[in-house]
Amino acid sequence: MILAILVFNNHGKPRLVRFYQHFPEEIQQQIVRETFHLVLKRDDNICNFLESGSLIGGSDYKLIYRHYATLYFVFCVDSSESELGILDLIQVFVETLDKCFENVCELDLIFHMDKVHFILQEVVMGGMVLETNMNEIVAQMEAQNRLEKSEGGLSAAPARAVSAVKNINLPEIPRNINIGDLNIKVPNLSQFV
Amino acid sequence: MALKMVKGSIDRMFDKNLQDLVRGIRNHKEDELQMLGYDISWAAFNIIEVMSASKFTFKRVGYLAASQCFHEGTDVIMLTTNQIRKDLSSPSQYDTGVALTGLSCFVTPDLARDLANDIMTLMSHTKPYIRKKAVLIMYKVFLKYPESLRPAFPRLKEKLEDPDPGVQSAAVNVICELARRNPKNYLSLAPLFFKLMTSSTNNWVLIKIIKLFGALTPLEPRLGKKLIEPLTNLIHSTSAMSLLYECVNTVIAVLISLSSGMPNHSASIQLCVQKLRILIEDSDQNLKYLGLLAMSKILRTHPKSVQAHKDLVLQCLDDKDESIRLRALDLLYGMVSKKNLMEIVKQLLQHVDKAEGTAYRDELLTKIIAICSQGNYQHVTNFQWYISILVELTRLEGTRHGHLIAAQMLDVAIRVKAIRAFAVAQMAALLDSAPLLASGARRNGICEVLYAAAWICGEFSEHLQEPQQTLAAMLRPRVSALPGHIQAVYVQNALKLYTAVLQRQEQAAPDPQDAPPDADADADAADAPGAAQEAAQLLLERLPQFVQSADLEVQERASCVLQLVRQAQKLQARGVPVAAELSALFAGELNPVAPKAQKKVPVPEGLDLDAWINEPPSDSEAEDERPRAMFQEDEPRHARPKAQEADDEELARRREARRQEQANNPFYIKSCPSPQKLYQDAPGVDHIPVVCIDLSVPLRVPGLPASEQYVKLEEERRHRQRAEKGGRKHRKKDKAGRGGRRGGSLPDSDEDIAPAQRVDIVTEEMPENALPSDEDDKDPDDPYRALDIDLDRPLADSEKLPVQRHRPVAPPKSPKKEAAAPKERKSKKPKKEKGRGRDRDRDRKAQALDLWLCSTPPAEPAESTALGTPSLDTEVPTAPQQPSEPCPDEGDREPEAHKKPHKRKKQRQEKERSGRDKKSRKKRAEDGPPLGTGALEEAEEEPLPPMSSYALLAENDFVRMTYEVRGSLQGGSQVTVSLVLENLSSHVLKSLELGVLDSLNARLARPPGASAHDGVPVPFQLPPGVSNEAQFVFSIQSVLTAQKLKGTLSFIAKNDEGSTHEKLDFKLAFTCSSYLVTTPCYSDAFAKLLESGDLTGSCVKVDGITMTFRNVLAKICFHHRFSVVERVGSCASMYSRSIQGHHVCLLVKQAEQSVSVDVKCADATLLGSLLDELRATLSAC
Repeated sequence: MILAILVFNNHGKPRLVRFYQHFPEEIQQQIVRETFHLVLKRDDNICNFLESGSLIGGSDYKLIYRHYATLYFVFCVDSSESELGILDLIQVFVETLDKCFENVCELDLIFHMDKVHFILQEVVMGGMVLETNMNEIVAQMEAQNRLEKSEGGLSAAPARAVSAVKNINLPEIPRNINIGDLNIKVPNLSQFV
Repeated sequence: MALKMVKGSIDRMFDKNLQDLVRGIRNHKEDELQMLGYDISWAAFNIIEVMSASKFTFKRVGYLAASQCFHEGTDVIMLTTNQIRKDLSSPSQYDTGVALTGLSCFVTPDLARDLANDIMTLMSHTKPYIRKKAVLIMYKVFLKYPESLRPAFPRLKEKLEDPDPGVQSAAVNVICELARRNPKNYLSLAPLFFKLMTSSTNNWVLIKIIKLFGALTPLEPRLGKKLIEPLTNLIHSTSAMSLLYECVNTVIAVLISLSSGMPNHSASIQLCVQKLRILIEDSDQNLKYLGLLAMSKILRTHPKSVQAHKDLVLQCLDDKDESIRLRALDLLYGMVSKKNLMEIVKQLLQHVDKAEGTAYRDELLTKIIAICSQGNYQHVTNFQWYISILVELTRLEGTRHGHLIAAQMLDVAIRVKAIRAFAVAQMAALLDSAPLLASGARRNGICEVLYAAAWICGEFSEHLQEPQQTLAAMLRPRVSALPGHIQAVYVQNALKLYTAVLQRQEQAAPDPQDAPPDADADADAADAPGAAQEAAQLLLERLPQFVQSADLEVQERASCVLQLVRQAQKLQARGVPVAAELSALFAGELNPVAPKAQKKVPVPEGLDLDAWINEPPSDSEAEDERPRAMFQEDEPRHARPKAQEADDEELARRREARRQEQANNPFYIKSCPSPQKLYQDAPGVDHIPVVCIDLSVPLRVPGLPASEQYVKLEEERRHRQRAEKGGRKHRKKDKAGRGGRRGGSLPDSDEDIAPAQRVDIVTEEMPENALPSDEDDKDPDDPYRALDIDLDRPLADSEKLPVQRHRPVAPPKSPKKEAAAPKERKSKKPKKEKGRGRDRDRDRKAQALDLWLCSTPPAEPAESTALGTPSLDTEVPTAPQQPSEPCPDEGDREPEAHKKPHKRKKQRQEKERSGRDKKSRKKRAEDGPPLGTGALEEAEEEPLPPMSSYALLAENDFVRMTYEVRGSLQGGSQVTVSLVLENLSSHVLKSLELGVLDSLNARLARPPGASAHDGVPVPFQLPPGVSNEAQFVFSIQSVLTAQKLKGTLSFIAKNDEGSTHEKLDFKLAFTCSSYLVTTPCYSDAFAKLLESGDLTGSCVKVDGITMTFRNVLAKICFHHRFSVVERVGSCASMYSRSIQGHHVCLLVKQAEQSVSVDVKCADATLLGSLLDELRATLSAC
C-alpha cells in the first residue's frame, strides 16, 4: 500500500500532497516538513530509499523518492510494495506528466494543480497501484479532457462567448451580461494536452 | 493573504452560483493541500453539492475535493450514499470511474456496507477501465466491511484471469494485500498464482505474485520446494533488477522455511548470495542498499554463506551513503562469531574515529555494544577485552549514549563474576581520570559512565586495590558539578568504600587499640589504622558539601552517610568494631530480573482481578488525584534495602520468616534459581583462573587504546589453548605450558574457542510457571484481523451482500452465524455426514492443494515446459524496468537551465538598464514598476528587436498621431493615453483640441464644467517638424473587453498664406492588455494565487514561431505588460494585474517551432479577450 505521495521542490514548498490515510492537517504539515528534511540532506548519488520518519507509520514503512531537477517525488509505502517497482512507478508518473504537459516542469504543477491530481488518480487509487501502463494512463486522461471540453470546461465557454461578442465591436456591452448557460463548443482549441 | 482568500471563498460559498461554488471548494481543497490548517468541515455540504452536479467537469472536481477532505469522521458523508450509487450506475464510464476513485479515499463502514453490492456488480462491467477500479476498491470495502469478503471473493478470484492485464493486475494487487495480512486463508490459491507466475509477462504482476509467495511459503514448506525451480529460472533469465531482487527475496524466504527440512539447497543459497553480491557491488546505490537488505535475511539462517562476504560488508562501511552504512552495520551484527568479534569491533572502532557527524558515530557506538552484548554476550570470549572496549568508548566525544555504556558496564560487572576484579580496577581508574568531569562530558551525558563506575567500585569494593584513593577521587569538590543522580550514587558508594577500608583495617588488626602496627603485616595493613581514620576524616570533611546539594536525593543520602560515619568514628574511637555492622548495610547479592517477569505471573485460580474488592467509589472521587510518591523516578535505580541495624541472627531469622511467607504467597515472584545461577553459587566459580591481569596490562585509562592489548592477549591465549588441545590431554587452560607453538594451522571453529572467563550470565529471572508468551504480540486493534476469514467455506445465504432496498433498515447478519449452517449442508452435500459438512469441504480443498503441492513437476507438463523458456525476456514495454535510467528529458535539460540564470544575472542587469534607458527617451508621466520587462532579459544569442508600444492612431498631411495606453494601479479605474503629435507639414498647428465620443464604458476626463461633447484642448502648439506628447486620462468602467472610441482631433493649421481649420478622425483602441499594469509577483504568491482556484483557465497554441524563447517572453512582457515570475528552461510563468485588480497568470512554454500559452484569469471574459490578443501577438512573431 502507498500511504502518501508527496511532491515538493528543492525549497520544501509542497507541490502535490496526497495522503491515502487520514491525518489531521497539522500532522500532514509536519510529515511534509519532516520528509523534506529527511530527503533534502541526501546527496543525489546515494540510494533512494530511507526509513520513514517518526510521524508516518512505523518500521514497516519506507520512503522511496526520486529527485528531478527542482522537484522531489516521494512515495511513502509499506513492505508490500517492491522498492524498485515503486521507483519505476515514480518514473511512470513523471513521464506521464511530461507527456500530458509537454516538457513538464515545476511551473506546470503549480499552474495545473487539479490536472496533476487527476493524472495521479489514474495511476494510484486509494493507495493501491491502479495502472502502470503509461499509454493507457495518457489515453484515459485524454478521453476525460475531451469530455470536459465537450462540456465547455470550467468556464472556458463563456469566455469564448464573450470574446466572440466583443469581436462584433459593439460600442458598449451591458455590464451584467448573463451568458452562463451558453455552451459553445470550441473544437479548434484542442491543442492543449 | 491566505486569510483573505478564505474569506473570499466563504463569501462565494453563500453565492448559489454553481461555478463559484466549484471555485470556492477548489480554493478550500488547495488550502488543505497547502495545509494552512483551516478547518474545512463547513465546506463539506458544498462539496457534496458539486459532486452531484450533472457535468463531468464539476463532478470530477467535487470528488477530488471530497477525496482530499472527507474522512471517516466527516458527518455529511452519509448523505453521499445515494449520489455515489447513482454515479456508480451512470452510463458514462468516467462518471463511474470518478466516483470509484473518490470513494476509495473516503469509504466508511456504512458506505462499504451499502455500496458493496453495487461495486461487486461493477467488477463484471464491460469496460476494463471500470473493472479494474472496482476490483481495486474492493480491498477498501473489505477493510471497512469484512462481511463482504466471502461473498465477493469468488468473483475476485475470477478476475485473476481477466483478459485485460490491468484488471488482472488489480486483482493480484488486492489478493496480495489481503494475503499479506492473513496468508493461511489464501493457500488454496497457490496453484492459480503459480500458473500466473509462469505465464504472466507483466513484471508488475510477477513482482506482486512473487512477493505473495514469499508470504505463503512459511506456512507451507512444500510450496517452497515447488517454487525453487521456477524462481531460479527467473533469476537466471530476467533482466529486470526489480524482478530479480524480488525473486531472490522469495527464494530466501523459501530457504528459510525449508531450513529445517531439506538441507540440500546450498546451490540456491549460493546463487542468491552470488546475485546479491553483484547487486552490492553495483554502482547503483539503490541496488547496493537492497542487496545488503536481502543479505541480512539470508544471514539469519545461513550465516556461513554470508560470512564469506565479510570483506564486502566491511567495505560498505566506507560508503558515502549513510543508509548503506547502517545496513552494513546491521549485517555485521549478525555476522559476528566468537572468532571474528574482536576483529570486527576493532574495525568498527576505527570507523568511530573516522566518522563525521555525531549521529552516525552514536549509531556505531550502539552497534558495537549491541554486537558484543547480543545473545547474552555469546560471542565475547574475553571480558577483559570487552571492559576495555567500553572504557575506550567513554573517550568518544559528544556521544549521547553514556547511559548505554554505563548500563553495559553494570551488566557485565554484575553478571560476570570472574571479571569483577578487573572491572573494579578499570572503574577506579575511570573515577580517577579527569576528562569525564569536564563540563563537556557533563553536557554530552558521557558522565553517566561515572554512575556505573562509582557503583561498581563501591559494590565490589573488596576487589579494590586502593580504596582510599578511590574514595578521595569520589569526594573531589568537582563532583558536585555532576548531575544529581550520579552524585547520589557517589555518596552512597563512598560509604561502601569507607566500610571496605574499615573492614580491611579490622581484619588486619583485630584490635585497633593494640597500639603499634605489626611489622609482618603487609603495607596495606600497616597503614590501616591511619587509613580508616583518614577516610573518616575525609568523609566528614567533604560530605557537608553534599548535604547542601540542591538535589534532594543527594542531600538526604549525604546527611544519612554523614551521621553514620560520625557514629562509626565514635564507636571506633571507643574500640568497638563496627565494620561488620556497616557491611551488613550492603549485604546481599543482586540478580537481574527479566523485564517481562511481572507480566508472566500467572493469575491464580479463583482470582478475578476485575472484580471490585470494595464497593466502587462514586464517580466524583478521582482516585488518581492522590499525590504520587515524590521520589518515584529515582527509586528503582537506588532501590536497596536500607537494612536496620540488626544482628545477623536476627536478620537470618527474619529472612527465613519472609521466605516462608513468600512461599505461601502466590503473588510473590520467587527467585527460583536457574541452573546457571546454581552453578554460579557453587564454589569454584570464583576460582576460575583469569589470564594474567595485572602483569602485562597497565590499568591506565587515558592514552593508548588498551583493548588492543587484550586482542593480542586473547590471541595468545587461543593459541595456547589450541596447542594444548593439540596435546594429548585437556589440561586446565591457563596453566598452559609454553611449549605448544604449532596448531595454528588448525582451523578453529567457533565452538573450539573456550572463553577466558566463565560467563556466569545469569539468565533473567522469571516467575514460576510463567505463561507461554505466544499471545504477546497480537494487537487487538489490528484492522486486518477482521479479514481473517475462511474463504473456502461455501457461501451461506445470510452472507449475501445487501442489495439496495428503499429503506435499508438492519444491516445483514454476520457470516459467522451458525443459523445458516444446516441449510447449506442440505443443499450442498446431502450425503455427507451431518455436522461436519463444512470441515469436509475444507478438507477437500486442502486435499486438492496437497495434491498440487505433492505433484512432481511432470504432473503439470504445461507449466513445466513453460518454465524452461519463460517469456520474460520479451518484457511488456509498458512496465518500467530500468530504474537506473534517468528520465531522458528532465535529467539533462533542467539542471542546465537552472544554472543559466545565475551566471548571467549580472549581464542581465546591465542589459536591463540600458534597455530601459532606450525606452525612457520618451518621457512618460506614469511609469509602471521597472521590474516588469527587465526581469527576463538575458544576454542570449540575439539582441532584442526594437519594440515600441506606440501605435499609429491616424495620419494626414498635417499631423501624425501615435499613441500608447497605459494603466496605473493608483488612479483607480483609469488609463492614461499618451498621444504623440508630430507636425508633418510646414504649417504651425495650433488650437489643437481632442474630441472623443464617450461610451458607457470609457470616458475622457474633461476639465471641470465641460460637457460630454466638449473637446479637451491640447496644451501646446506644434511648429513645423516638431513633435510633442500630450496625455489624456480616461476612466474605464469595465476592463473585461477591448473597445474602440471614435474621436476627432481638430486644429488650426497656419502658415504665411493664412490658416485653415483642419480635422483628423481616429479610432482609439483600448485593448485589454492596455488595462494591465506590470506588477511584479513572487513565486510563492503566484503559487498561492493559482491554488486559490479563483482563476479560470484556457490556452492558446501558436505554431511556426522561430523567435527565441527569451524574445517571445520579452514581447509578451512589453506588449501585454506582464512580468516573469519564474522561468525554468523553456517554460515560464508570468503575471500581471488589471487596473481593477484582476489577476492574470500565464504559463508560456516553447516546444519546437511552437509556443503554447496557458492563461488563467479571475474573469472569464477578460481571459477570452486576452487570449485573442496574445494569439495576435504570437502570430506576429
